This record gives sequence, C-alpha cells and structure tokens, in this order.
Amino acid sequence: MSVVAQSLTSWVDGEAHLDDVTLTLEPGRIHTVLGRTGAGKTSLLRVLAGLSDVDSGDVLLDGRSLREVPPWRRETAMVYQQFINYPHLTALENVMFPLRRAKVPAAEAQRRAKEALEQVGLTHLSDRRPGALSGGQQQRVAIARALARRARILLLDEPLVNLDFKLREQLREELRGLFSGVGETVVVYTTTEPAEALMLGDEVIVMHEGRVAQVGSPAVIFETPATTAVARVVNDPPMNVIPGTLQGEHVAVRGLDLLPRASHLAGFADGPYLVGIPAPSLTFGTGPGVLATITFVEISGSETFVHVDLQGTELVVRAEGIHDVSTGDRVSMTVDPSRLFLFTEDGTLAAAPPHGRS
Amino acid sequence: MATLTLENVAQTYNPGEDPDRWALKPLELTLESGRTYALVGPSGCGKTTLLNILSGLVTPSHGRVTFDGVDVTSTPTRLRNIAQVFQFPVIYRSMTVRDNLAFPLECRGWPRSRIEERVRAVAEALGLADGLDVPASRLSADEKQLISLGRGLVRDDVAAVLMDEPLTVIDPQLKLSLRRKIRQLSDEFAPTVIYVTHDQYEAMTFAQELLVMSEGRLIQRGTPEQLFESPSSTFVGWFVGSPSMNFLRGTLERGAARVGEHLIDLAWSPPVPHGSEVTVGIRPEYIRIVDGGSHPGDASETSVHGRLVAVQDHGESRVCEIQVREQQVAVKVRREVHVPKVGSFVDLGLPRSKCLPYVEGRLATCGD
Repeated sequence: MSVVAQSLTSWVDGEAHLDDVTLTLEPGRIHTVLGRTGAGKTSLLRVLAGLSDVDSGDVLLDGRSLREVPPWRRETAMVYQQFINYPHLTALENVMFPLRRAKVPAAEAQRRAKEALEQVGLTHLSDRRPGALSGGQQQRVAIARALARRARILLLDEPLVNLDFKLREQLREELRGLFSGVGETVVVYTTTEPAEALMLGDEVIVMHEGRVAQVGSPAVIFETPATTAVARVVNDPPMNVIPGTLQGEHVAVRGLDLLPRASHLAGFADGPYLVGIPAPSLTFGTGPGVLATITFVEISGSETFVHVDLQGTELVVRAEGIHDVSTGDRVSMTVDPSRLFLFTEDGTLAAAPPHGRS
Repeated sequence: MATLTLENVAQTYNPGEDPDRWALKPLELTLESGRTYALVGPSGCGKTTLLNILSGLVTPSHGRVTFDGVDVTSTPTRLRNIAQVFQFPVIYRSMTVRDNLAFPLECRGWPRSRIEERVRAVAEALGLADGLDVPASRLSADEKQLISLGRGLVRDDVAAVLMDEPLTVIDPQLKLSLRRKIRQLSDEFAPTVIYVTHDQYEAMTFAQELLVMSEGRLIQRGTPEQLFESPSSTFVGWFVGSPSMNFLRGTLERGAARVGEHLIDLAWSPPVPHGSEVTVGIRPEYIRIVDGGSHPGDASETSVHGRLVAVQDHGESRVCEIQVREQQVAVKVRREVHVPKVGSFVDLGLPRSKCLPYVEGRLATCGD
C-alpha cells in the first residue's frame, strides 16, 4: 500500500499554493515535510486529508483515486498546530469520540483509547477535561486520538510549534518512539525546523514556493542540498549564499579575502557562481582575518548565532556554546574553505564538501 | 530610567499560609538603570507575580519596592511612570500609526515639535516610517504588536518598560524578526526593561541578564553565558541549553565522583564527607567520543565506558545517547565526527574542568 500524490496543483487568488507536486508516500515510513511558512506544507496535508480540493492532479491510495472520497471516508487522522479537543469530554472520551462515531463497539473503543493514552504517557490523567490539562498534555490527547484511529494515513501539521521549548524537545523524542510503532500507517509530518525534520524523518521532503524542491534521506538533504533554497531551509541558521567567482587557485567571495580553492571545487570552470558558506564554517575571534561588525546576536538551544556585517555583506556565524558577544563588537572572521558549497548562478548545486566517514 | 529595588519582598495571597507555599518567597533584588532583564521559568514559577509587583498591579504582602530610592510599594500603577507591553497588542484601532505613537506624549503635554521628532525616531527604528498615516486597524498582528512596543519606548521619561510575553501571539515565523527588532530598539533607546517569557532562548537573545525562577524563588541570575557554563542548580542545567546538561549520580571518593566502576574527576572537590552523594553535571557538547583508541585520553580527562543506544541527526550536529551503567548520557558531536554503529561500546572523554559537582541539586561551593 502506498499513497501517491500526482501532479497536485492548486491556485488561490492567482498564487500557486501547490505547483505540480508529485510524491510517493510509503507505509511504515515517516515523511517529514520541511519548508518555511507559505511553502505549501499545510496545503499538501489538507489535500491528502480531503479537506481542500485541487485544480488538477490526484491522490491515489493503492492505485485508486481518492478524488471523489470525502474526508470522513479517507481513513485519515490529522493533528493540528492548535490543540483541538472537545472541552466537555474527558481525555479518554476525547480519544474515544472518533472511534464511536466510526461505530467501533464501546469496549473495543475504550481499549484502544486507553492504549493510545498510555502510549503518550497520559493514563493517569484520562479522566481530566482539556481545561484541566496543560498545553503539552492537550496536544498529547490530540496525538492519542489520532493514533487510536489506526488510520492508514496519519498527518501532523507542525504539532509542536505552540509548545514551550523544553516540552517540544521532550515530545519530539517521544514522537520518534510513537511513530516507530505505527506499522502500516503512512506518516506525514510538517515542520519549519530543520533539526526536527532531520531527526524524525526517514525521508525528508523539502518544499519551497509550492513545489517539491528535493526528496531524500536526512543525510542526502543535509549534505547535498539540490538548490540554494534547500540549502537555506535545511540549515539553522540558514546557509549564507553569496555571489562569488572561481579564479584559478582561488575562490573570490564578496567581502572576504581570496580563499584557497579546495579539492572538491577542482574541475569546475572559472567564472561566476553562488557560494554557499555554512554558518558553522565561519569562525570569529580576535586573531588575523577580515574585520566584521556584529549586528545581532541570537541564542538558540546551545548555540550562538552571530550576525555580522562584512564590508556590506551580511553573514551569519554559528558558534557552539553560548558566548558573551554584543552588537557593535568588531571581530575578525575566518572561513574554512574545505566546507564551501558551490551553486550555479541559477541556484543549482554544483559541488558539496565531502562529509568525512559519516 | 530608574534603578529598581526589591527589599525583602514576598507575596502570599492567603494570610497565614505556610511560607514554603508563598507565590513569591522573600527576595532581595536590584535591577540597574538602562539594563535589560528577562524573568524566565516554567508557568507558576512566580515571574508574573514579580512583574505585577513592579508594575503596581499587586502590592506585595511583605517588603518594600523602590524606584531610584523612592518607596513605591503602595503607589498605584498609573503613578509609577512605567510603560507596559502585554501579550496582546494594545492600540487604538481608529487612530493612525502616528497618532497611536503620539498619544502617550500628548497626554503628558509634550510640545508638538518634540512629539513629531520623537515619533519619527521611534517609527524609523520600528521600520514603520513610511506607514505613519496608515490606520492601525489595517495592520497585521505583528505590526500591531510593534506599535505597542513603540508606544512603550516612545516616552524617554519612563522608569522602566515592562513586557509580559510580548511575542506569544506572534506567528512563529515572524518571531525571529520581531525579536531582533525588540533587541535593536532596546539597544538604541536603552531603557530599563523587564521582560517576562517562558521561552528561555527568547530571553537569552533579548536580555543582558536573566533571572531564572522556579517555585516562587529566584534560582539564579546571570548572563546567558554564566547560566550555560555554571548553572547554580540541576534545574538551571536542565532548563538552559539543548540538549540539557547531563547529570550522573555518584558518590564522593577521594575528591572525585564514583559512578559504578568509573571514578570521574571533578572541576573541584565539593566540601562534603567521603561517601556522600554527588552528581556530576556536564554539558553534552563537552564530552568527546574517543575514537578507536587513536586518541588516548589525557590526564585532564576521565575515560568512561558505555554503550551507544541511539543517534539523532540534527543536521550540523548529531546527538548520541550513551548508556553508562543504568544512566543515560547525551553527547553532542559535530557532523564530521565519526560515530560508531548503534549498539557498539564506546569510550567517552569527560574533561575534568567541565565536570561540575552538584550536591542535593545545587552546584557545590569550591572547597578551597
């Protein structure tokens, strides 16, 4: 069994929400859909669920068109960003509700609901109403309800985005375990966070402006992003992409000194390119290097993202750990030339750095 | 701008309540003029109570609040000369952007020319200088919140700007740019800011200093770097940093921590008797996976043996879960570092200087 999206195209007010999206979604695998807000992720899920129509294209389940199948007959369960639960029902009743509506006998519905609540670690709170649960617990109820359905297609639309940071971290890890037990279900999970997409996905689908930009394993997506758009969205902070030229033994990048041309960039004709400089390939310090001014400092998890202005070029540096640097500080920048990516001027990947033994 | 102090301030909503259950336990605190502070902690930790005491919404049941030395403990909010920014934008929908920004100044009787100058400066900083004549009702949610912030900053005579979760209603994708804007505004206008949030990373990006609260107590105050490098409690070590700090339970033996067959050297020896319980706190980024014996551990490192049970791909880094006896240790390595197969046994290098001793959940004092 598989779900196939065939050339899905959907226009809203003259704008393509989905533009010729073709995908094969396999059961027992977790497909994460990574993209910015507006990339078409939610539109894709809504079409798969039958909640939105398309202008052209089709969704096939086991080769059979779902075009005429209404949402409630699609065997699809969906978890939304906002925790949606019935306020007057207990957690257990919330999880049982769709089962009862699908005419599952009461005893069986209760057994499955209890099992799902146990999977999400909420057995002790199954008698509470949503109002007496925290945000994280409410989202667990919503996830349990989706799991208990044993739907053939499980769709999750940025389910962790509204949770506190530490809770998100914890639930993200739990989801890996939950998904590994879904057997023959097709799981599709959307997110804007690269680490979440890479960590949860067996396969990552990168979407950009309504199109599928790349599909592949987490390692393939991260190590060989097909376009500059993928390279930016799969890195946190986004990869720096700057016009530059290959000149004999050197790579010239605006703002930086001439860099030595590393071996993975050999064999390309001299001329103009787009150079991808991963934020962690840049380091700042007080030693020799090109002087830059810090314009903004962000802290994310255990990393410091330092935005700098390098003679008019905006770059972001990712440093491990948390560093006491401030806006306005002058720092010297160095770049590791063996970690540069090379894209043609239209943004297609030409060369990626070798990724060691991993 | 003013320096704010809390002298032995505490809050209970039920007279006669056991002091251990007070919403805010007795607190001594000085917040310096012109600095930015973030109050962080899980819900129910007391951060909102503390903010309400500063704003005057709550008169503390104990202690004294001063602004620049003047006692304001029972001064009502409107006489405290503070600006507030709330979760939801507070703007006049019927007014233009310009009138919204000018209104607090008109109320204070500023001369027209000075108002015009100040409104322009703030609007430019907000990136709204071109839309001054737009009716506020036409703005998006994040633009409305920007105006609320601008109204907080437009008066240069306020004692402090208090912000209560100002980014909660903002689309996650817009948070980054708004966070940046708030930081730039406060850098430019340098007011005293007290910013309440449950998001530790928003707090660290925004504030010069963080006040971490839990169960009505101030647990630690410090710069983001201080909280990361030397968390004063296991709670802060867990709360700050992703993944959280590792904690390995052991007992004190010859100044080191005995964990199973391992004797882990500590940054310093805690002043507790031999055999006492001691927990080793170490950040996942400071642990090394020793590769195939090619880099024998040196004297500054303790070697610990364990089994690799899981690897998470985070892109730039990988997080390895390693089982050491019955305890789990997370190790964060850069992508280019070779990671053995899941299930294999690995040796970890724990640098002595990064192994912090915790006793009963608190960072132990340096014995000497």
